[in-house]
Amino acid sequence: MKIHKTEIKDTFAEAFEMCGARVIITADSKQWARAAAASMTGFATSVIRCKLEAAVESEIPEEDTPDGRPGISVLLFTMSEKTIAGQLIDRIGQCVMTCPTTACFNGLESEKSVSVGGKLRYFGDGHQISKVIDGIRSWRIPVMEGEFLIDDKFGIQSAIGGGNLIIFGPRKSTTLRASVAAANAMREVAGVFLPFPQGLVRSGSKVGAKYKGLIASTNDAYCPTLRAISKNSEVPENVEAVYEIVVDGLSEEAIKESMRRGMRAAAEKGATMITAGNYGGDLGKFHFHLHEIANGKSQK
Amino acid sequence: MSVTHLKLYTKPEVPLEAEVISPTVFASLSQSGIEHLNVMHGNVKCNLGDFFKVTGKGAAEIHVEGDLSSVKLIGAGMSEGKIIVDGDVGMHLGAGMSAGEIEVNGSAGDWVGPEMSGGRITIKKNAGHMVGSAFRGQSTGITGGEIFVHGDAKNEIGSAMRRGLIAIGGNAGDFTGVNMLAGSIIVLGELGIRTGAGMKRGTIVSLQDAPMLPSFEYSCTYHPLFLRLYFRKLCEHGFKRKIQDKHLNGKFKRYCGDGIELNRGEVLLFER
Repeated sequence: MKIHKTEIKDTFAEAFEMCGARVIITADSKQWARAAAASMTGFATSVIRCKLEAAVESEIPEEDTPDGRPGISVLLFTMSEKTIAGQLIDRIGQCVMTCPTTACFNGLESEKSVSVGGKLRYFGDGHQISKVIDGIRSWRIPVMEGEFLIDDKFGIQSAIGGGNLIIFGPRKSTTLRASVAAANAMREVAGVFLPFPQGLVRSGSKVGAKYKGLIASTNDAYCPTLRAISKNSEVPENVEAVYEIVVDGLSEEAIKESMRRGMRAAAEKGATMITAGNYGGDLGKFHFHLHEIANGKSQK
Repeated sequence: MSVTHLKLYTKPEVPLEAEVISPTVFASLSQSGIEHLNVMHGNVKCNLGDFFKVTGKGAAEIHVEGDLSSVKLIGAGMSEGKIIVDGDVGMHLGAGMSAGEIEVNGSAGDWVGPEMSGGRITIKKNAGHMVGSAFRGQSTGITGGEIFVHGDAKNEIGSAMRRGLIAIGGNAGDFTGVNMLAGSIIVLGELGIRTGAGMKRGTIVSLQDAPMLPSFEYSCTYHPLFLRLYFRKLCEHGFKRKIQDKHLNGKFKRYCGDGIELNRGEVLLFER
């Protein structure tokens, strides 16, 4: 199968169930909201070593935020429900509350929720004030700047992590351009985020290694320099570089749409081949088949 | 949605206690059943039908028409449904209600929503004394719900309030928030004297300056972000003309008190 001149491999991305939350950060200006979001989503590329995956989902116009100021939505996923509350408390407490002019609201309506503001309120040392508007409790925590406003509870839900595309190109510059275009297109879909730097992974990994205790190592099957010696090489001749894009999302539909847009965008910018990473299909609950996705209709 | 209509055709000579006018009471009653509900006209037991022409059987919504300024306890204890009053209404409107909605297209007497725990009361014109208050001798007033008065209200708004929101579009009388335990009172007009006397916690807001008791201490002038959420809500409920951008973005003087009590209450006055 091809999109333009780009070969789409008949394979699937294997993804896993995770637990997700959405945080709305508002501030007096976009700049401060972005600063808080960037800080909160730092060191959050992969659960392999970072314990969570998080990134900006989208910017929100002021008329659509709870307090009418510029906002950013951040998606944050962990492997289990048990750890998400702690991550939210730590990251919001250390990175959003500390950032000038910000406020923090729950962005996910869900039957399940975790106490975040309800825990951070103790930073107020007894001077915190609770307010309930339309059944939603928020906390006003006195701080040096004035007050930090945060919702008491944040919704959590099942989510999916590990949708992916692996993009091949003739030259590093072309492949990078195609991958950036793919990442930009993928990011436009609501309910997804790309956890790696600007959405791209230049050092995709495989499970295990020759070294004891190393849980992941370079995915030699996709390393162009190892094409001649790797038993599992998937790199065609005349491919100079390969990039991976990981996409996490709140739903299968969102991830599929994101991958669909990504494949199309990469093909339009000169990618020679696109494949996806999986573990044989027995580990992850979700399989995203590239041909099925590429043949599907685009959703808004 | 089906509606039960009540039209006053006999004006009460003395106050009429009509706590039976409530969707909770009317539910599953026939028209005749509603007409034969007991009301107290002074110390005389009468039927509701002696004063109101009833149209329809028990429904989730009740429309009441007429000068009800002598009719007390409408909506008392209601836990569902809606009451719309076209006219003025008497004392103790919505007393102890826990859910549902009351809308008065006129003015209300004293004691609007005393000790309510949920639901919403909207008064399109003025209200009397003791809006959202505890009854005399009780230590706790309203524990939830919302009261919106678009005109003026008189003394002791939110007395011993424990939770909930009271908004006054016009001026308030004296002793607003007296003995307040928590909750929020927002007055878009002027406050009287003795605001917050005896308050332990809670928030009283005014868009005008106000005289403060000597037991209240000024902390700072700042922009309380949480007020944007309240103001946005009030704009959605008919107060939009009174709330301008300068209020949404502006600064408020924060007074902490009452110093003779827990001192965790606050009065926020818009800095003009």
